[in-house]
Amino acid sequence: MATQPPTSEPTTPKFTARLHSPQLPRWVPWALVAGAVAVGLALHLMVGWGWALTIVACWLGYVVVLVAVSGRVEGRRKAKDRLATSLVTTAFVLALLPLGSLLWQVVSNGLPAINSSFLNSSMRNVVGEGGGIFHALWGTLIVTSLAALMSIPIGLATGIYLVEYGNGRMARWITFLVDVMTGIPSIVAGLFAYALFVIFFGEGVRMGFGGAVALSVLMIPLVVRSTEEMLKLVPNELREASYALGVPKWRTIVKVVLPTAIAGIITGITIAIARVIGETAPLLIICGATDSVNFNPFDGRMMTLPVYIYSQYKNPGFPPEFGIERAWGAALVLTVIVMALNLVARLISYYFSPKTKA
Amino acid sequence: MAKSIDVSDLDIYYGDFLAVEGVTIPIAARSVTAFIGPSGCGKSTFLRSLNRMHEVIPGARVEGKILIDGADLYDPDVDPVEVRRQIGMVFQRPNPFPTMSIAENVLAGMRLNSRKLKKTEASEIVESSLRRANLWNEVKDRLTKPGSSLSGGQQQRLCIARAIAVQPQVLLMDEPCSALDPISTTAIEDLIHELREDYTIVIVTHNMQQAARVSETTAFFNLAGVGRPGHLIEYGPTTKIFTTPENPATEAYISGRFG
Repeated sequence: MATQPPTSEPTTPKFTARLHSPQLPRWVPWALVAGAVAVGLALHLMVGWGWALTIVACWLGYVVVLVAVSGRVEGRRKAKDRLATSLVTTAFVLALLPLGSLLWQVVSNGLPAINSSFLNSSMRNVVGEGGGIFHALWGTLIVTSLAALMSIPIGLATGIYLVEYGNGRMARWITFLVDVMTGIPSIVAGLFAYALFVIFFGEGVRMGFGGAVALSVLMIPLVVRSTEEMLKLVPNELREASYALGVPKWRTIVKVVLPTAIAGIITGITIAIARVIGETAPLLIICGATDSVNFNPFDGRMMTLPVYIYSQYKNPGFPPEFGIERAWGAALVLTVIVMALNLVARLISYYFSPKTKA
Repeated sequence: MAKSIDVSDLDIYYGDFLAVEGVTIPIAARSVTAFIGPSGCGKSTFLRSLNRMHEVIPGARVEGKILIDGADLYDPDVDPVEVRRQIGMVFQRPNPFPTMSIAENVLAGMRLNSRKLKKTEASEIVESSLRRANLWNEVKDRLTKPGSSLSGGQQQRLCIARAIAVQPQVLLMDEPCSALDPISTTAIEDLIHELREDYTIVIVTHNMQQAARVSETTAFFNLAGVGRPGHLIEYGPTTKIFTTPENPATEAYISGRFG
């Protein structure tokens, strides 16, 4: 430019944008946590604040100080980031607290009850000490297996129909009805099963198979949904590749689509089983409660773990502490089964999913 | 074993929408025919109608005649599954089956149709198909590894091996090189040159140099505007289309003045 003063030297232009901005050292948030804990202890022990008040106050203080310090040193954007991180972490801890405390309760109360006689004896002729969950454990396994045996083929076939064949009105109605089924309260499913079996066996019918029917009413929509979601994830290109090789549609579904989605489908089924295995209300109605072992799901009352827990808590016998302890023991066994099922689901999805690495 | 294709006055619909109108073109056996033209002009749609893959899309249908060695492709008695066994297809994006190994992918055409294969027969088919697809040397030591572990170009050649393993009469290729680098593209073009001896090949491509390199006949498709049906503007020997096209639109397209 002509008006430029002659004093300016033709140096290379300075890169003016700042690539570095001040950053708090990594230890600062942890130091603040330690400080908050120390202040909290002091408030609790010396000033005599209650626990709840102390925790909330210290948490608030921690967030405010951290954001303020960060805003001074690092600027607004990073201060906002710190605030969001703190809030999200808090939400995570809050969500985890009930789970952790539940597990602790179940394990600490249930573990003393677990021994071989607890797992191997029924409640027949037991009033006080002794007794166990043998009948309920088998009842749960039988009823849930039967429910799975009914729900998996129906749910799987429905899911396949909805994704691979269904279009138009029929599919829309099925989707709608599946949605409605998902929302059915479990006790209504139990009443439905009871009403259904009353037609054939008369008033007051109790049988394990009825419980399986009630559970499958709850389980089918879960299986349909997970199957549907997993099949939708299978890329259409794979179906077209198969068609282009002259493979009929049903073979394409059986040999290409299902194997590609099988990990997710089995995971979904396992989680559906874990979901219904803890149902109490429908089984209370149609399976009833008994103290004796019954291996025949088509004849008479059948005890299941959730109903066992309920009845031990409600009628703990005399003296009552043994009944309560048995309830906790059964709760622990049930929780372990559900966790094992979830673990199995994870293993299945790990081992069955298509491998991409050489 | 290659077959010729005769298309006369073909209209292709998606539901009520007329996508391609009035295509008439003979496709000679044992030759490479390239379809070129701007996006959306119906090249791929037309290609898919040649092995009845078009009707996989709900609502899609075809009016007009396609004769394969004189037999009507759209006769009500014709089973589309049988058609696809004889007219293979390679897609734009490589799509090996993720649950299968490299060897199983090559054999997919037989295995998925539950054809019984002896072990020696199967390994022969795997080797010969992979050799023809210029992939054998790269994968012969890892045939049991998953097909999706290969690179994009290798996957595409694997898909070609899979398509030729069932020994189709016609091979349709829908932009087989559009996702590939120049080296893999060259490998596939070499392969097309070799396959020409035995197969009728129809290839859709956006790459005009590729059409000029690999094909004997070129057909130019165009559309008058968005929402209008695509038309076959002209077809002829590739050298003629690329040097002295009859239609001014063809010349404008191949000389890069539009598109």
